Parts: sequence; C-alpha cells; structure tokens
Amino acid sequence: MGLVKLRKIAHARSGDKGDILNISLIPYDEKDYTILKENVTAHRVKEHFGDLLKGEVKRYDLDNIKAFNFVLYDALSGGVTQSLRLDKHGKTLSFLLLDMEVEI
Amino acid sequence: MPKQIRIGTGAGYSGDRIVPAVKLAEFGDLDYLVFECLAERTIALAQQRKLSDPSKGYDPLLEKRMRKILGPCAENKTRIITNMGAANPEAAYAKVVELIEEMDLAHQKVGLVTGDDILEYLEAEDFPLSKGREKILANRDKIISANAYLGAEPIIRLLKEKADIIITGRSCDSSLFLAPMMFGFEMKEDEIERIGKGIAVAHLMECGAQVTGGYFADPGYKDVSGLADLGFPIAEVNVNGDAVITKLSDSGGEVSLRTVKEQLLYEVHDPANYITADGIADFTKIRLEEIGKNRVKVSGGGGKTQPNELKVSIGFNNGFIGEAQISYGGEGAEKRAKLAAQILMERLRILNLKFEGLRFDFIGAGSLWPGGSPSHIPKEIRLRVVGRTKTRHDAEGLCNEVEALYTNGPAGGGGVSRKVKENIAIVSSFIPREKVIPQTKTLEVENGSG
Repeated sequence: MGLVKLRKIAHARSGDKGDILNISLIPYDEKDYTILKENVTAHRVKEHFGDLLKGEVKRYDLDNIKAFNFVLYDALSGGVTQSLRLDKHGKTLSFLLLDMEVEI
Repeated sequence: MPKQIRIGTGAGYSGDRIVPAVKLAEFGDLDYLVFECLAERTIALAQQRKLSDPSKGYDPLLEKRMRKILGPCAENKTRIITNMGAANPEAAYAKVVELIEEMDLAHQKVGLVTGDDILEYLEAEDFPLSKGREKILANRDKIISANAYLGAEPIIRLLKEKADIIITGRSCDSSLFLAPMMFGFEMKEDEIERIGKGIAVAHLMECGAQVTGGYFADPGYKDVSGLADLGFPIAEVNVNGDAVITKLSDSGGEVSLRTVKEQLLYEVHDPANYITADGIADFTKIRLEEIGKNRVKVSGGGGKTQPNELKVSIGFNNGFIGEAQISYGGEGAEKRAKLAAQILMERLRILNLKFEGLRFDFIGAGSLWPGGSPSHIPKEIRLRVVGRTKTRHDAEGLCNEVEALYTNGPAGGGGVSRKVKENIAIVSSFIPREKVIPQTKTLEVENGSG
C-alpha cells in the first residue's frame, strides 16, 4: 500500500485525431478498476500533463471492459500535420500518464 | 448465406510489412484480405505525386504488394479490398489489371470506387461545408486535395458484381472491413445493431498488428514474443455480428483481452458514439472474452443510424519545415548542447530568417515532455532544431546553421542530420451525404493460359 506509479497496475495506449489526443487506461487486474476510477480523475490528468496540454480532459468510463478513455483537447501543438514536436502523434504520452502516482 | 466469414488485415498503414499479408493470403483460409493504407495526410501527399506524374498518386507499395498477394489470393478465392488507390484510384486499377495480365493469373474481376475526390465539386459550389468553411475559403488558393470519406455502399455494390479485387480512394477505414460483412450477411443499412458490432470489429482490425501485439510490448510488464514476425489479425465473423479476433498460430505476437482492449479504444473519443460513414457504434456495450490462446471473442455492442454528413479531409500547402540535429557527448554534453542552441538563436536572428514556429529540443533530456529529463546527468544529448517557414530558403537556412556548428559551434558536436520538406496541413470538415456520389466500375481480366 501507499503511492504507486500507474505503470505498476495499468497499461495505456495513445491515439491522435487532429489536435486531440486520447489515452486508454486499463488495469492489469480488473479488480483495480475502482481504484483507478476514484484516483485518476480528469482533473488529475489535466494537472499531470501541465503545460503540454492547452485544453480540457474528459474521462469516459467503460464498465463493460473495465477500462477508461481519456480525451485530451488541444494536446498536440496543432496535431500531426502542424506540430513541430518530435512526437507529433503524442504516441509516447501514454507513458507520461503511466508515470502518475496513485494512492492505493 | 455463409455462417461465418473470415477477414484478414493485410496492412494497417501504407508502409506496413508485406510478408504477414502474404502468409495470411497463403494460409489464412480467408474470404477477404483488406489493406488499409491511408492516413490523414496520405492523399494530399499522393496528390502532389499525381500532379508531377499523372500515372502516379496511388500507394507507392501497390505494385510490390500486389505482385506478392495476387497469386495466392486468386488461388484461395480470397477477395482483396484496399484503399491503395489514394489520390489516383483509376491509375491503381489500371496497374492492377496490367499486373494480372502480366502474371497470367486465372480470370479476375477488378472493381474501382471513385467519387471521393470532391475538389472540383467544392470549388464549383463555393465549398458547401459545415465546419471551418471561412478558414478553408481564406486559404482556397493553397488547397491541394479534398476527399470525402465514402462508406461501405460502393464496395458492397462491387462485391455484388463479383469483383475479386476492389480498389478505392478515400473510404472510411472501417468501411473496407464492414462492407464484406454487410455483403456476406446481407445486412441492410438500418440494421443498426449488427452494423454497430461490425464497425467495432472493423475498428479492431484496421490497424493491423496493433491488435496482435504491435504497439504494445513493455518489457517486464507486457512481454510479447515473436515481435519480428508479428502475425496480422484475422476476424472470424458470424452472421449475428459476433466475431473472434485471432491470428495464424505459427506467427509471433499476442491476441488477448489486453491487446484487444487497447486497440478498441485507439483513436476513440466518446466510446458510446464512434462515428463512421456507415453508422455510429457504441463500444460501451461490447463484451470481450478470451476463449482460447490468441482468440478473443467480441460480442454485444450496437449503435445508431448513419450520420447525415460525411467527413471531408482537405489538404493545404503550408510552407516548409526545416529540421536539423547535432549530438554532444561526454561530460558537459548538456551544457554544450545548450550553448549550441544559444548560438543558433542568435545566428537565425542575424540572418533574418523568418519562422512561423521554431522549436529546440534536447533529446535525452526532456524532449518528449517537460520534466521528462532523467535524474542523472546525461552523457549524451542530441540537439534538435525545427522551424516552419514560408520559404524553402529559410528552412534550408536553419539546416545550414546547424551544420555550420561543426566548425563554428561548441566542442565535439557530431552526427548532423538535416532535412527540408514541404508542409501539408489538413483541415477536416463535413458535407451533406447526398452531395457525394460514389461511382463504381469493373473490368474482367481473362488470360488465355491462366
């Protein structure tokens, strides 16, 4: 018990559409779904991404498959066709989310 | 009507590996092999190739792929569906006909879908679009391409006409996979539930190996074996819309609950409303079940009726991007890289180069996200400088200045790379469905000895 990195208990995948990034968050053990639901709020994700993210975060809960979908707006400096970032798609950013610590 | 149809993915993007597709064609016992090869910007890039050579503008790997798969697909009665037509489906169609003749294959019918290229229509009608119209009009002299995302209907039309190979330009990715399900099981356009389930299966399939263990491995947490020989996915779809996602048993990779969950949410916004040309799928009602090794059953699901508008993707010329990099190693690497960046900023100002965006990254010390820098002092840093410019001259100027750091910059700078490319911007909009009229045609190729 205590603080753990999300990477220890969950996996994630990034996808992009225009300037919008989405990141799934999926507990390895479905029993941890509730812990994630309580701890990994849209607000916390917004804070965790800091200046990288200009827009809001919306969380969708998929009780059916015990997974979350975070949608991050204005997240990619204009998106894959305009961004000057090294990772224009934001593909690496799933691991930024997994770097977040949660109390369990 | 068949009880089940078997669909394989032959490519999840235009540059994808070819051998896994050949293996599926040979050993997959497939009814359909689908190649999804168009990303957002692909058509605009292909349109530029078409402008410099009217016989080009289709997928650059079309010929190489077709040479490998036409034979086994013809032999095994596997029908091919692909959007490799890109900006020039007519030329891709002609090329495939030519290859069938040259390879002396048995009777094959080739089908073509056009009508996605709506640039002339939009110009004639003053851009009847519902989103971003002002911005589009303001930049109309820079437009390269405008393509509507067609649905499954024209592909189904060609399947009914017994086409063995179907070439399209811009289609909804999912439509390439949904079309054979709708055709095979005689689904009507208002059968929302089966179509919604079909879209979910299509969505799982359309990125190829991303559902079979690609874009997934994380050593120690998510170990995947055989990544150099990943199998591409197979969907075994039943008449009620339920499906099993699997792969060839002797191929590398993994099909499991965790790979399927990740891919189900890939590039999704509201999972209850996944919008495509053929319908709006609801992923929040889907059930996933691991029913065997590398076999995941997808059931449940549903959706809503097809939207009244089709997505349109418009490509614009948007100047140039110049990018150059240089590395520094050993103790003090980070300080020397930062000094190099300072020198560059001053040089770019002295030369009066104009940038619409300019960015410096220290690769190895927080280039991917702020705070991503390691807690130890890095022993090597790669400085990356990238700028968006109106002119090629200014983009080249940036690259020259990075290269000149060899002799004019801090000590020990090495390994310069540089590139300048034309920059294409994409704006997405929507058009009323009835304004877009998909057209189809077919050609039977009979070879004497085939």
